[in-house]
Order: sequence, then C-alpha cells, then structure tokens
Amino acid sequence: MRALVIDDSRTMRRIVADILSGLGFDTSQASNGREALDLLDAGDAFDLACIDWNMPVMDGLEFVVAVRARREWRDLTLIMVTTEGERGQVVRALAAGAHEYVMKPFTPDALASKLALLGLLPFEESP
Amino acid sequence: MTISADTFTFVAELVRRCSAIQLPAGKEYLVETRLGALARQADFVGVDEYVGALRLLQHCAEHDRVVDALTTNETSWFRDFKSFQALIGHVVPTLLRDDPALTSIRVWSAACSTGQEPYSISMALLESAPGLAVEIIATDISQEVLRRGRSGRYSLIEINRGLPAAMLVRHFVRAGAEWELSDQIRSTVTFSQHNLLDQPPAGGAFDIIFLRNALIYFDLQTRREVLCRVRSVLRPGGFLLLGATESTLGIDDAWERVPIGGGSVYRISTADAA
Repeated sequence: MRALVIDDSRTMRRIVADILSGLGFDTSQASNGREALDLLDAGDAFDLACIDWNMPVMDGLEFVVAVRARREWRDLTLIMVTTEGERGQVVRALAAGAHEYVMKPFTPDALASKLALLGLLPFEESP
Repeated sequence: MTISADTFTFVAELVRRCSAIQLPAGKEYLVETRLGALARQADFVGVDEYVGALRLLQHCAEHDRVVDALTTNETSWFRDFKSFQALIGHVVPTLLRDDPALTSIRVWSAACSTGQEPYSISMALLESAPGLAVEIIATDISQEVLRRGRSGRYSLIEINRGLPAAMLVRHFVRAGAEWELSDQIRSTVTFSQHNLLDQPPAGGAFDIIFLRNALIYFDLQTRREVLCRVRSVLRPGGFLLLGATESTLGIDDAWERVPIGGGSVYRISTADAA
C-alpha cells in the first residue's frame, strides 16, 4: 500500500509518515495540494492520501475537490488530518468527498482505527 | 523504582476481592503506573507509602478508587468492528426473522467502561434498524467511568478513536473542547453500577448481551459463574457477543457459537434451551 502525506509542516509530515510506515505503508510527501496533484498527474499511484486542511498554494479541501473531479483517481482514499475541528468543517470535507476525518492532536491508534474502518488495515483484535 | 512485593500482594488481593479480576505476577508495572497518580493526589511520596496507609484503614472510598484505577480499561468507538458487523448483518436480522412483530430490542452492555460501547450499539441500531425502539442497559463496576459515560461528552482524543466521521456529524455537537452526543442516542442508554460477580441487572430478559473483553480478566471458575448468570437473563433466541479473543469453549457448554464470518457471537444451544 502506498500513502501520500500532504502537509505544509515538515514535522507533521514526518510524524504522519512515520505512523503510516509503522503500519506497513510506503509513503511519499507533498507540502501542499498542488504538489500532491503534480505527483498524481505524473503517474504516481497511491492508495491513501492524508491531507492537512490549511496549506499555501492549494489547501486540503481544494485538493479533495480536485481529486474527486478526476475519474482515474476514484479509488484513492482521502483522509483529512487537520486542526480544523468544527462540526461544519467535517461536514464540508465529507461532502467534498473525503472518506474520513482525523482531528489534531491525535494518537497513532486513532489513525489506525480510521484506516481499519476504511478497509486499509485489518481490524484490531483486542485486547 | 518498583513497588514492594507486599504492596503488590495487598493490591492484587483487594482487586480480586472486589472485582474478581486477577492481577498476576508481572503486573507490578500496572499497579505502579495507575496508582502513582492516586498517590500523588493524596500527597504520598510513592505508591508503597500510599498503599501502606490504605492497609491501616477499613475499606473506604479510597480503596474503591484503587479498584477503579486498576479495572478501568481503554476503549474506543466500534471496538472490534466485526462485532458490529455481526450485530447489523446477522443478529438483528435474525431477531426480526424469528419474530416479525418485534418492535423493541433490549441490550445489556456489560463492563461498558466510559460508554463508547453502548453508544456505538445505539448508533449502529438506529442507523440499521430505525424502526426498532432500543433500550440499552450499560453497566460497569466503576462509578467514575459510569459518570463519564452518563455525561455523553468525549475529548478530541477519544472522538478520534474509531468513530466514523459520518457518525460524528450525525450524532454529536461540539461543546467547547469536547464533543457531546445527541439526546436521541443518549436517551437509549441507562448507566448503572454492577459487579459481574453479582446477579445480573433486573428489569427483564435481554435480546442481546455484549460482554466483551471482561471474561479474560477472570479465573476459569469465575468465567463459568458469569456466563451462567448471563444465560439466566438472555431471552430464548437471544445473542451473546464476546470479545474477539474470547470463547465459551471449555467454560460453559450451554452455549453454541454462531457460525458467521466475524465476531465472537453465541446463542444458548438448542439442546440446552429445550
């Protein structure tokens, strides 16, 4: 599985990428939505994109809309990973085509639980 | 720094006596970690000193706090999602097929911790079987987790763990730094204190009982007794859902596993029910 981490903070990109690597993903990074679209346009294939909301050049919501407008990227799973925590923003992101929403700060198991809901990880067997 | 053997023995016996939960050797780190905060709150320099003081007292609220601290486990929304897939995909459809006139479902969420399980059950039933009235009795030994469950408010960290975003926006509103469940979901759940060593909650038989990740903490005899008591309040044709790693096999032969793809789902065997 390949994941694209999109965030303008290098530290946050590294944190999210480390979590995803630990879960078995190969990761790439982009610092805004435009860079991420360029990677997709260049033919890089990903199963998952973890997307910050507020970024320069192209923000996360614009990226989600742009991806959903392209049929060839319909299988790309989109998760917002953002400090934006108002209910209305979650609604907007889902309406635009995001599959899930994780609010910062979050724990690694929170991201894993969302990936499991989306079928990208096996469900954990507790305890 | 580690706790003394005497401290561990006293605490393990206290927890076993009050909850039947076993704290085997090797769990010293758990005692030290979880009681460290209580010791600091009570102005003791360490866990040994704190427990040493407790040993001099008759059983009081502070002892209950110790039991709470050691029997409260982390939970999440839709934990072991296969259980919920089984609930929606098999359990409820079977109950409706067996009784087409069914209009309400009574559920016991045993050892419910801070409420994520009963509320997850409520959301799943509301969305998959909106015509059914739902009554969920949620019990736990810990008053503290029950208080948190009743509040229906959860932190960001808790909300992030396993709750689908679509359910977040349908059933929660922001309340300051927390998120609060809708009255529609909260009104289906009644929290009450209950020790699994005691008789099950009164009020009638249950159609579905969730008893997940609790049996694993008990010894074999206690597991057998708990399963026997659970049987006494599960209505004929009802379902028991255990944790993913739990089974009735070799503990109580009155149960039979329901052969569905996922989820640890049991019914009282027809031979036993007859």
